[in-house]
Amino acid sequence: MSLKSNLHNLKEKYKGTKMAPAFNALHTFLYLPNETTHGGTHIKVADDLKRTMNTVIMSLIPCLIFGMFNAGYQHYLALGEISQATGFFDSVFWSWDNLVIGLWKVLPLVIVSYGVGLAIEFVFAVIKGHEVEEGYLVTGMLVPLIVPVDTPLWMLAVAVAFGVVIGKEVFGGTGMNILNPALTIRAFLFFAYPTWMSGDKVWVHGAVARDKAIAAGENLDAISGETILGSLAQGKEITYSVWDMFTGLIPGSVGETSAVLILLGGLFLIFTKIGSWRIMLSSVLGALAMGLIFNGVVDAGWIGEGSKFYGLMSTEFWHHLLIGGFAFGTVFMATDPVTASQTNKGKWIYGFLIGFISILIRVFNPAYPEGVMLAILLMNVFAPTIDHYVVQGNVKRRMKRLKAKTA
Amino acid sequence: MGLLSKKDAKLITDPLADNNPITIQVLGICSALAITAQLKASIVMSLSVLFVMGVGNVVISLIRNIIPSKIRIIVQLTVVAALVIIVDQVLKAYAYSLSKELSVFIGLIITNCIIMGRFEAFALGNGPWKSFLDGIGNALGYAVILVIVGFFRELLGSGTLLGFKVLGDPIEKTGLYAIGYENNGFMLLSPMALIVVGIIIWVQRSRNKDLIED
Repeated sequence: MSLKSNLHNLKEKYKGTKMAPAFNALHTFLYLPNETTHGGTHIKVADDLKRTMNTVIMSLIPCLIFGMFNAGYQHYLALGEISQATGFFDSVFWSWDNLVIGLWKVLPLVIVSYGVGLAIEFVFAVIKGHEVEEGYLVTGMLVPLIVPVDTPLWMLAVAVAFGVVIGKEVFGGTGMNILNPALTIRAFLFFAYPTWMSGDKVWVHGAVARDKAIAAGENLDAISGETILGSLAQGKEITYSVWDMFTGLIPGSVGETSAVLILLGGLFLIFTKIGSWRIMLSSVLGALAMGLIFNGVVDAGWIGEGSKFYGLMSTEFWHHLLIGGFAFGTVFMATDPVTASQTNKGKWIYGFLIGFISILIRVFNPAYPEGVMLAILLMNVFAPTIDHYVVQGNVKRRMKRLKAKTA
Repeated sequence: MGLLSKKDAKLITDPLADNNPITIQVLGICSALAITAQLKASIVMSLSVLFVMGVGNVVISLIRNIIPSKIRIIVQLTVVAALVIIVDQVLKAYAYSLSKELSVFIGLIITNCIIMGRFEAFALGNGPWKSFLDGIGNALGYAVILVIVGFFRELLGSGTLLGFKVLGDPIEKTGLYAIGYENNGFMLLSPMALIVVGIIIWVQRSRNKDLIED
């Protein structure tokens, strides 16, 4: 007997019992159901939630693979064992050693994220007696991509549990949440364990452990893996070229460094009509606008080189798109259909403000020079309000038209 | 219970759970969020509120028939303010560091909605003994939540309970910290108190479905 019919039989056996949703979910996740809908009229759409989710995951895979190589590359580069890669296709970067480190560090993050998250989804489905929701499929893939590579696994597990229960399940599960669950998880980590989420040590595998060894008296060289944003916030020179920023050969959270692969994923989402191009475009415009304002302030001489904001303010405005988590957040998280604005006009406003506020926080947050997470969470909260006013505005306009016609 | 009739006993036990001032009536949230990062502060705050409510309810109940109803809020405020000042002065005299820690929140007991709520809703219409029980009951209900929230926030946020390092020493890496555990800084921030209160409400309502309003 094949696995499929086995699963089908299990499902039949447990039909009507409490555990039924769990078996059902396993079955439909792996295979098409054996039975089809019968009787009555029904509409069939190719795009169900599961396929939507899988499309997003597909668009994330390049980032994940790149992130694995980058984890190893940054590690060996910091140790001084390899020279800096000359370009995106350099074999120094795409080496077997790099991948081994990446697999060793990143796969556990993925496994913990999915394991804990799906376990909670299953438990809630069984308690509530409904089918397991697919919502966690994407969240589970996003989470390992937006945390530093050395994040302790137990912290990730705690954060995932918090994010899924408090961020999503209490509101009623997938489709009912106000905040993006992946960002809720990251925000939890950020506020709960700030030493693991910011600073110049956490972005490169091994840097924290080495630091501790040095503190304990061992004779080692410290590794500093400051992100570009971190360096800029401290007014340091950055050694990375624009091409490095664009291709992603820079330290950062696991999957968010490569702007080019994120762009690729974004285009794929737009092409499959799953991600909203309005949000992505308006968010980029918002970021550019804020960047231009800051550049203008610097050019006008209102802020001197001595100011602690000078480094980030004087960064060329379009560099902001390439560094930090901005690109990743804009493409994969701002466009989350559940938490974003629903109306087209609303999407423009929502996206623009995300970009605008991201750069604003990035420049002015002294402790942590990145703002895209907080900007998206903030706008998640405001998305329903934006929609409300867009809809009301439309109603008002049409009422006026109606009055003009009947008068 | 010999001392209390069944009805009187209900005045004390009801606010502890099914009619809890914080989780059911959602009153007095502000102080519950502000001062529960430490268990000790929660306990002192609870005791202060217990004193103010117990005595305040009796005083209001005793003079309830001579308060002109138009100015009753002002009279109530005067009574609370007087009691709060007593608490504040006692704390300043005997527990200065704690009083520093609680800072304005002792003074803000005056505006604690539970107190004004009980004066209005109960003490103005009942005798002193019943009012006393009601005040004590509601203050205890408030205290229960404060202590639960304070317990979890201090334990998970600082790894201590009442200042004792129950989970080990985070700097010398003993106890749980030796195996990589770290304190959850989020627990020390006020939003986490709101979430903990929310979880208590969630647990309470899923145990007793009658409490769920549509």
